[in-house]
Amino acid sequence: MTLRRKLEEKFFHALSALFALFIVFVLVHIIWSIFQKGISALSWQMVSQEPKGGFYLGKEGGILNAIAGSFYLAIASTILAFIISLPVALFMNIYLIKYKRTLTGIRFFLDVLWGVPSIVYGAFGFVILIYLGMKTSLGAGIITVAVMIAPIMIRAMDEVLKTIPIGLQEAAYALGSTKTETAYKIFFRQALPGFATAVLLAFGRGIGDAASVLFTTGFTDYVPQKLSDPAATLPLSIFFQLGSPYDEVQSRAYASAIILIFIVLVISISARLLSGAGKSRK
Amino acid sequence: MVTTFNKEAGDTVQVTVPVNPPIINISNLNVFSKKEHILKNINIGIPKNKITVLLGPSGCGKTTLLKCLNRLTDLHSDLRLEGSIEIDGDDILHTKKDITQIRQKMGLLLQRPYPLPMSIYDNIAYGLKIKGITNKKIVGEKVEKHLKEVALWDEVKDRLKSSAQSLSIGQQQRLCLARGLAVEPEIILADEPTSALDPISSRVIEEEFLQLKDHYTLILVTHILRQAKRIADYVIFMYYGEIVEHGNAAEIFDNPQTTILKEYLRLGH
Ligand SMILES: Nc1ncnc2c1ncn2[C@@H]1O[C@H](COP(=O)(O)OP(=O)(O)OP(=O)(O)O)[C@@H](O)[C@H]1O
Ligand SMILES: [Mg+2]
Repeated sequence: MTLRRKLEEKFFHALSALFALFIVFVLVHIIWSIFQKGISALSWQMVSQEPKGGFYLGKEGGILNAIAGSFYLAIASTILAFIISLPVALFMNIYLIKYKRTLTGIRFFLDVLWGVPSIVYGAFGFVILIYLGMKTSLGAGIITVAVMIAPIMIRAMDEVLKTIPIGLQEAAYALGSTKTETAYKIFFRQALPGFATAVLLAFGRGIGDAASVLFTTGFTDYVPQKLSDPAATLPLSIFFQLGSPYDEVQSRAYASAIILIFIVLVISISARLLSGAGKSRK
Repeated sequence: MVTTFNKEAGDTVQVTVPVNPPIINISNLNVFSKKEHILKNINIGIPKNKITVLLGPSGCGKTTLLKCLNRLTDLHSDLRLEGSIEIDGDDILHTKKDITQIRQKMGLLLQRPYPLPMSIYDNIAYGLKIKGITNKKIVGEKVEKHLKEVALWDEVKDRLKSSAQSLSIGQQQRLCLARGLAVEPEIILADEPTSALDPISSRVIEEEFLQLKDHYTLILVTHILRQAKRIADYVIFMYYGEIVEHGNAAEIFDNPQTTILKEYLRLGH
């Protein structure tokens, strides 16, 4: 009996270790091949210049347009989504806490929205654009991406708020707090370290998504100056460069991918550090 | 589910009139959940400036009764309340008055301390601020006064700005008591406030309760019979959602009337 349990334990331990290794291997392999193909094209010029005349034929220039566009787009849409998501997540966990069924329904609905392919958001944004008679622009992209990542952010915040013990809520009310005070002075603070993860998750999806911005932001070789300008994004820039028959341009596509991965990595790690610092301050 | 208890022939449930006039009057209180009748026809007065202890086996409705008193039951849509609870002549179950003001008449201590996610200082200042007291000097004085009241001042006076979560559990529980006192309640509700504490911290809380009863009315739920004997003035014994016996502590402990209370006291030793 004990031998069987020991073997069982060993077997499942080995199995999970194996799968974990496999995942790490795949990840390392992807990053490795991107590096191999792109590192030679990576240069200061790549990140500091807009594309020049013959850039897509392998001549002078860089992808500053896409780096700047992606940053503007991802940061602005993350902020916008945060402004929408915070009250919704707090509302769910303070006002709707009594109505378990309604809550379950809302959570299901948000999970469905989370799973909707981004091209659908893109198409939806496009239809609205046409209806309003607007052109593809940074502003339109920001709104589309914000709508796309808001359900992710709401659900991620919701999961953090759900872990707040009922005792803390009771303590807050017992002191005479209103619901609004409980939400913004107590729940918000309690959940703040966890919110960093929610924001990061949404930001990651926002900066890496190509389909939602395809019809809404357009593409341009210039760094956008105002919200009504069209804007380039890194995923689309990678897509266009990969489609080129020139080898130089293809390696630049991989170099662009390295830049995108680097940005996501830096943001992830700094958010981790920030929320870690928040936790240890407790 | 058993809903009756056996009375010995000739048993009379005590109807001792508390010495002090009641500050809380509960009449015909019934609480229902979807499936259960949790509290059954509760009629009781809680004497002012005394320590009233709620005793009874697990699940008999002590916590629910306590939560009715400051309407924390509002947080659960599946609980339905009937009857009335008069505090200072106001029926808090049907009053038009602001519930936040009614709740400020009562401090609450739970089984575990739940410090607010802010500094030690702000934990106490919070209740003052939402009451509209913002004058820094007054707030500072009150923070000091109430921390001294719970014998925490000397331990924390050099780190008022650090997070309340950095305190030990026993210190946190005293902080929660101080935080409750800062809003100047008349009543303190405590639900097994020492169950997470070591014997020494428990005694500190008990001592504080004994001192507080000059100015406050205390209602304490406890499973520790010795603790009840040490500090109770008035005892309410509940069983399956009903009040079986209530009376002055001496009478209840020395001369229990019902079989079930006798049994409870015997096993509690
Ligand atoms: N929100 C609720 N919904 C449904 N049933 C509830 C709710 N709150 C309490 N109950 C039920 O009411 C009964 C009394 O619970 P309560 O917590 O008041 O008991 P208690 O006397 O405090 O017990 P303990 O000594 O274990 O803390 C239990 O059967 C419990 O399941
Ligand atoms: Mg209880």
